[in-house]
Amino acid sequence: MFPVFQPESPEAQAIYDLFLLVLGISAVIFIIVAGLIGIALWRGRNREAMPKQDFGSEKREIYWMVGPILVILWITAISAKLILTANAIPKIHPSNGESEAADLTVTGHQWWWEIEHNDSGIVEANEIYIPTGKKLRVKLQSADVIHCFWVPQLARKMDVIPGRENYIWLEAAKPGTYQGRCAEYCGNQHAWMNFKVYALTPDEFAKWEEGRHEPPSSPAESDAVEGEKIFFAHTCLNCHTVEGTIAKATIGPNLTRIASRKELAGGAIENSSENLALWLKNPQAIKPGCKMPDFKLTDEEARKVAAYLESLD
Amino acid sequence: MSTEVATPYEPVAVDSTTGLLSWVSTVDHKRVGILYILLAVFFLLVGGVEAVLIRTQLAIPNNTFLSPEVFNQLFTMHGTTMVFLVGMPFFTGFSNYLVPLMIGAKDVAFPRLNAMSFWMLPFGAFLLYFSFFTGAAPNAGWFSYAPLSTKPYSLGPGIDYWIVGLVVMGVGSIAGAINIVATVLCMRAPGMSLQRVPLFVWIMLMQAMLIVVTIPPLNSALALLSVDRWLEAAFFEPVRGGSVLLWQHFFWIFGHPEVYVFALPAFAMVSEVIPVFSRKPIYGYAFVAGSSTIILLLSYSVWAHHMFAVGLGTSANIFFSAMTMLIALPTGVKIFNWTATMWGGSIRFTTSMLFAIAFLIQFVIGGLTGVMFAAVPIDWQMTDTYFVVAHFHYVLIGGVVFAIFAATYYWFPKMTGRMLDEKLGKWQFWLWLVGFNGTFMVQHFLGAMGMPRRVYTYADNPGWALLNGISSASVLFMVAGTLVLIWNIVSSLRHGQVAGNNPWDGFTLEWATTSPPPETNFDKLPEIKSRRPVWDQQHPDLADWKFAKTPADSGSRPDRAKVCAWAFVISEAVFFVLLLVTYVVFNSQATGDGPTAESALDVRRTGIFSLFLLASSLTFFFSEWCLRTSRRGAFLFWLATTILLGITFLCGQGWEYYGLIANDVTIDRNLFASTFFTVTGFHGLHVTAGLIALAIMFTLGRQNHLTQEHAKPYGAIGVYWHFVDVVWILVFSIIYLGVFQS
Repeated sequence: MFPVFQPESPEAQAIYDLFLLVLGISAVIFIIVAGLIGIALWRGRNREAMPKQDFGSEKREIYWMVGPILVILWITAISAKLILTANAIPKIHPSNGESEAADLTVTGHQWWWEIEHNDSGIVEANEIYIPTGKKLRVKLQSADVIHCFWVPQLARKMDVIPGRENYIWLEAAKPGTYQGRCAEYCGNQHAWMNFKVYALTPDEFAKWEEGRHEPPSSPAESDAVEGEKIFFAHTCLNCHTVEGTIAKATIGPNLTRIASRKELAGGAIENSSENLALWLKNPQAIKPGCKMPDFKLTDEEARKVAAYLESLD
Repeated sequence: MSTEVATPYEPVAVDSTTGLLSWVSTVDHKRVGILYILLAVFFLLVGGVEAVLIRTQLAIPNNTFLSPEVFNQLFTMHGTTMVFLVGMPFFTGFSNYLVPLMIGAKDVAFPRLNAMSFWMLPFGAFLLYFSFFTGAAPNAGWFSYAPLSTKPYSLGPGIDYWIVGLVVMGVGSIAGAINIVATVLCMRAPGMSLQRVPLFVWIMLMQAMLIVVTIPPLNSALALLSVDRWLEAAFFEPVRGGSVLLWQHFFWIFGHPEVYVFALPAFAMVSEVIPVFSRKPIYGYAFVAGSSTIILLLSYSVWAHHMFAVGLGTSANIFFSAMTMLIALPTGVKIFNWTATMWGGSIRFTTSMLFAIAFLIQFVIGGLTGVMFAAVPIDWQMTDTYFVVAHFHYVLIGGVVFAIFAATYYWFPKMTGRMLDEKLGKWQFWLWLVGFNGTFMVQHFLGAMGMPRRVYTYADNPGWALLNGISSASVLFMVAGTLVLIWNIVSSLRHGQVAGNNPWDGFTLEWATTSPPPETNFDKLPEIKSRRPVWDQQHPDLADWKFAKTPADSGSRPDRAKVCAWAFVISEAVFFVLLLVTYVVFNSQATGDGPTAESALDVRRTGIFSLFLLASSLTFFFSEWCLRTSRRGAFLFWLATTILLGITFLCGQGWEYYGLIANDVTIDRNLFASTFFTVTGFHGLHVTAGLIALAIMFTLGRQNHLTQEHAKPYGAIGVYWHFVDVVWILVFSIIYLGVFQS
């Protein structure tokens, strides 16, 4: 429930530890200050006599600055240390020393995330499969406006900015599903730019990679076959890629293996045949303002295309 | 030629002191102050409605009460309204009303400028809100990040209305601030040295100086954004060489000091309220005053703490983290001063005091979460989530708005002659306390649960619906509290208890006159020998000047025309510096594309025309000298020469522009052209404005209205004119001579 407080990576853990420390210090400061205010008010509540007109004491004021100064210095020092030691802004890839290399390239679009695995060439949309226990260097870039890549349980957030490349480390300590979100207002559908990070054990990850490299099976079921025809007859392939077919455009999210996704439309809807058909029928009703126009498909056509897409797993 | 002095032009006096016309045409600082406050109250309601709509949409997951388009416009307008149409007017209003009274003056330094400053606000508000009628209010957030706010991504006119509205309101703010600076420095009554001014006055002086230097960066940013949007330049377009981050830097160089424009007056207000209701002087006047000055200076060194997630680099992050931590010290230490003021005091729990106490606690909470953000790695998790929304609402509402309420209950009697009802006041206080904390405390948790800010809806994640529901429901308490306040104001104006001069046994000069004060403020001023002149008068055996000596007033006061001119020039200087920085940023590396300064500009020709402009400074100096020594003919001659020299310079600039445009070097051609035309264009506008002012002076001179006694204000115009020359020297060095290139 509190992803910021449930770190699953060394970096997120270090940030969480710092947060607890500063929270603790803040609580102590608050109790002291509120306590002093409370005592002053309590004591003064019924005082009838004219109080002593105390103008202040420079000495005392200097003394009571010592505590806050020390606290501030302490917090500044430990947060500076974490900035440096966590190597939170990676400059050098651990294995090859070049500053350009990255394991993953993440591109933010209005309003979806495109992820490319640089070694295997696998492209994903709105989900990232990674092996556990490995510190991955992620290159972050934007195709349009500023977005922000944030997986609270695994890493700090980092803006993706057009005209600029940012880099972070992404590492999952153990297998699991981790929620990611866009954290910089980027227009109409900023709310639905969620993504998932799936951390698999290295063996499972290798299997997943293999599976992704296989071309998709041809649809068998009649609805799906007809849906495939509609998909390629309509302009779907002007925007979308389905690996192993002639659809190779990159304007919209990659649809390869879409059937295996848990969510669609940046988290707006769960992945099911009904929802996918609803989406195809009228994307603007689910994610108003998104870049996918209404293709005026009939219910039948939408159902069939959904069946085709649900066969891509 | 007649040597008689003609009678100076007198504006037609409006006869009545009642009725709409008297309010619309007023130049009395008290009425202008009330107009500001009324405007702020109106927009508090408007911004509040926007907030209610936002919270209604967010009350349940997947809500369809508002479309995303409308939601995004609402949160943009909510932020913009609260900053520019509520916060700033409230403080300008209180400042306008109280500062002249507290320093024993009859009015502000420039009453007509004061009125004009006010009227810029409704004008700007009209421009901003007109956008709703075009179906497209601005929707890029109140800080309008590029490139979302640039043309391909925001095609409607909303952002354009935002730009124009902000520019107009900004002009009013700067003019108002210059007036306060001149008032405090120049109009203090005898005995009221700067060491003896009430903390409210000192801190509002700091705030006014802050405004003078802080709004110009916003104007620079707006200038660049408008040139991008309307003239197709590429300042913020990376594909054509622009920089998206440039907007953020400029905006936050404005934006962070802007929050101190809010925080400082809140401090000013509680620094008056708490001592009176503790029956003691403020503990450590010098520290409270001095720390406010330090905040003014430090506030320019922290801006990039809004950009920790941008990836500026380790050194930048550490520097801004350290400076942000540092600025917490002068801010936080004041809490000790206010607590020490209450310590040992005889506390009166009036509504005003209750709000001030709540301010202390809530501001500490907001300040502590601020320190969390200053620890950069924590920022890396919490920024752009509801945790930061909670943080800034704690300082802005829990701090600033509560301080405004404290000030309202405290000074309403002085402004209207009637007390606000205390029972209703306590109702408002408790409703607001519950409502505010209910709405915003839970948002800290929502941030930790991963809820980003500026989302129009959210999925039914565990815990989100409950906390959002609590947050939204609590808004009703604030709404109820606001209605109670309005009812209190309306009924107290009619039947409230009559206040008398000093209902609270206050310490400072505003309590030495009637409630409300007469038009010239004071029939008779008490003697000013300390920081609490009315206290001294009421409690002679405990008089401050017997126990806490303050240095005697030297009596010297600077000339207000000069102060005004210098303040204005400083503010314009900041504006130009940022435009020149933009030029250097975009022209320091040869990109190889298109015209450059070397290829496109005729340095020698412009150099010659520059000499004309520089000569005009010399001739102006002669004209001023002649005016001071009453040599009318020579004065007019040198003034005419100045004007002609200025016109010659502008003709040269026109010739240059014509040549460039004829050669296809237009403002949208490349970044050199964009920055060149923007910098020299704004400079040319400043020359033109100066020439208009000089032409007016010439006309007045011809009609014998300018004499030796006008030499000082005339010299003030000279400050502006010389400044325009200094800017040109910088522009020429940087653009034409390329001195920044090695």
